[in-house]
Amino acid sequence: MVLVYVEHKDGKFKKNILEAVTYGKKTADMLSTECAALVIGNADTSALGTYGADKVYTLNADGLGDFDSQSYSSAIANTASQIGAKVVLMSDTASAKTLLGRVAVKLDAACISAASSLPKVEGDSIVVTSGTFSGKAIAHYSLSGDTKVMSINGNTIKPEELGAAGATEAISVAVDAPGVKVIGQDTLSSERAPLPEAELVVSAGRGMKGPENWGIIEELADAIGATTACSRPVADTGWRPHHEHVGQTGVAIRPNLYFAIGISGAIQHLAGVNSSKVIVVINKDPEAPFFKAADYGVCADLFDVVPKLTAALKKG
Amino acid sequence: MKQLVCISRTPETTANIALNGDGTDIQTDGLNYILNPYDEWYALVRALELKEAQGGTVTVINVGGAENDIVIRKALAIGADDAIRVDAQPSSAMAVAKMIADATKDGAYDIVYCGKESIDYNGSMTASMLAEYLGLPFVSYASHMDVSGNTATIKRDIEGGTETVEVPTPFVLSAAKGLAEQRIPNMRGIMMAKRKPINVVSPGEAKNNAVVSMYELPKGKGDIKMIDPDNMEELVRLLKEEAKVL
Ligand SMILES: Cc1cc2nc3c(=O)[nH]c(=O)nc-3n(C[C@H](O)[C@H](O)[C@H](O)COP(=O)(O)OP(=O)(O)OC[C@H]3O[C@@H](n4cnc5c(N)ncnc54)[C@H](O)[C@@H]3O)c2cc1C
Ligand SMILES: Nc1ncnc2c1ncn2[C@@H]1O[C@H](COP(=O)(O)O)[C@@H](O)[C@H]1O
Repeated sequence: MVLVYVEHKDGKFKKNILEAVTYGKKTADMLSTECAALVIGNADTSALGTYGADKVYTLNADGLGDFDSQSYSSAIANTASQIGAKVVLMSDTASAKTLLGRVAVKLDAACISAASSLPKVEGDSIVVTSGTFSGKAIAHYSLSGDTKVMSINGNTIKPEELGAAGATEAISVAVDAPGVKVIGQDTLSSERAPLPEAELVVSAGRGMKGPENWGIIEELADAIGATTACSRPVADTGWRPHHEHVGQTGVAIRPNLYFAIGISGAIQHLAGVNSSKVIVVINKDPEAPFFKAADYGVCADLFDVVPKLTAALKKG
Repeated sequence: MKQLVCISRTPETTANIALNGDGTDIQTDGLNYILNPYDEWYALVRALELKEAQGGTVTVINVGGAENDIVIRKALAIGADDAIRVDAQPSSAMAVAKMIADATKDGAYDIVYCGKESIDYNGSMTASMLAEYLGLPFVSYASHMDVSGNTATIKRDIEGGTETVEVPTPFVLSAAKGLAEQRIPNMRGIMMAKRKPINVVSPGEAKNNAVVSMYELPKGKGDIKMIDPDNMEELVRLLKEEAKVL
């Protein structure tokens, strides 16, 4: 059995979670077994079958009210043991990074985070790729032993309507007491997708001259429903919020389309964005290193060209 | 308060990564190494700030060979009191976490810090594994922490926002940007570091069942297409029809 832990927000599943379900089903097919999904709390589970879950387990228990690494990891590991899952998957989110290692230690499993390819089954081992050296190299990991635990990078595969049974069953397992108490949450009220899962990103750097000029960046982002990002000095000087900082020491992203506007393309910046499918660079300096890492380039003053680009996008 | 900071050694951020002939390993000749930025800038400095405010000690621990002593000395120069080096090559996050747990489980540390991730393997796994081996609560991606008595109040990064949690000591955290500000070691710190102890200990038993069998380099971009700044319609067309990303 392959078990996919499916995170949800207010009962809804995001695209990266459905990707993980499809990934789970494909992995299960390779191993000639079934794919089960585990939902903690209450959610509309119908999409899970659609995207590949043969079976959906729902779990409600004391200690699972707020997210906590100890209670949630015990719930996932104990479910895996109870249903005999040999592969445990989750989407590579911030919560996954909190849980993954704990689940792996509990199950005495081989573990890898941020897998970026479908697995290859080689005998009793599973081989997957994952980025290393901040995207400067790709490592092929061979996971051995009886049980494997992995998180899957967003945008690794597309969610596919595989139409599995998706029969739902409540499960009951032992759950450890939570170790931390959540006392508040501050989620961004933004309409925009969070950076790690955004498919379109508009990012700007020091070439913007100051925070008061960001209006043209927001307008460009709004024209295509993109998420905004920035280079590190821009966040460090407080022009933009810290969570927008992408790069080696910020958020690593892999959108389909990345606009880099007034960003020079320092190696530490590239390290966090070079997995983007398509990169468009707007810079007035023809020697800017970013042009070497780009698919499309516009060598011009950003203050002229960005409004023109926004207008062209709006025209369709 | 007894604090422990897990530090790793990573290639410096501008390092170019090249592979050996058959791609089974990266070329380490000529690579310069640094203390992992998350460990140095955020974890270590926040631990030192707390020590300065509330007393106690800050110990750093590293799993690695004698070649790592140079980055360990840097942590001592910044202000850590002493260091433990588990004398083994770090083969996987699981093995590193197990070895750190074995070397420190009797240490009665109140707060155990890791970095958010190591900038070489970027796994972000060691901290949660260590927390599990130690049987302690875990707070990931901490960007702010206040400690009062036996309780820490921590702001941590979550998907699309932040969350504030309360956790009793002892616990494990991973340090993200914001937790503290980078400190540059001064001459006095560097001199004092020479006399601080690095206790070399033998590793406990650990297995590695996540082995890198091969590396590859990302495919370089093809030739860039330069677009006339006065023809943004052309860029939009290419993004739609050629790149198919809009
Ligand atoms: C250990 C370490 C880690 C780091 N991590 C990161 C990281 O995670 N992310 C990150 O981004 N950086 C990181 N950096 C910093 C990085 O080295 C660069 O300093 C930074 O990325 C530069 O930001 P920038 O491109 O916005 O600014 P600059 O380098 O100042 O570039 C501004 C660009 O804007 C262009 N420009 C100016 N005016 C205009 C105009 N009117 N129209 C068009 N173009 C214009 C210029 O030609 C220039 O190319 C790190 C550095 C270190 C040492
Ligand atoms: N060899 C090591 N020795 C000590 N601590 C380590 C080692 N490797 C990783 N760590 C710690 O684990 C954190 C996360 O590393 P990683 O799981 O590799 O992303 C680092 O920021 C360090 O705090």
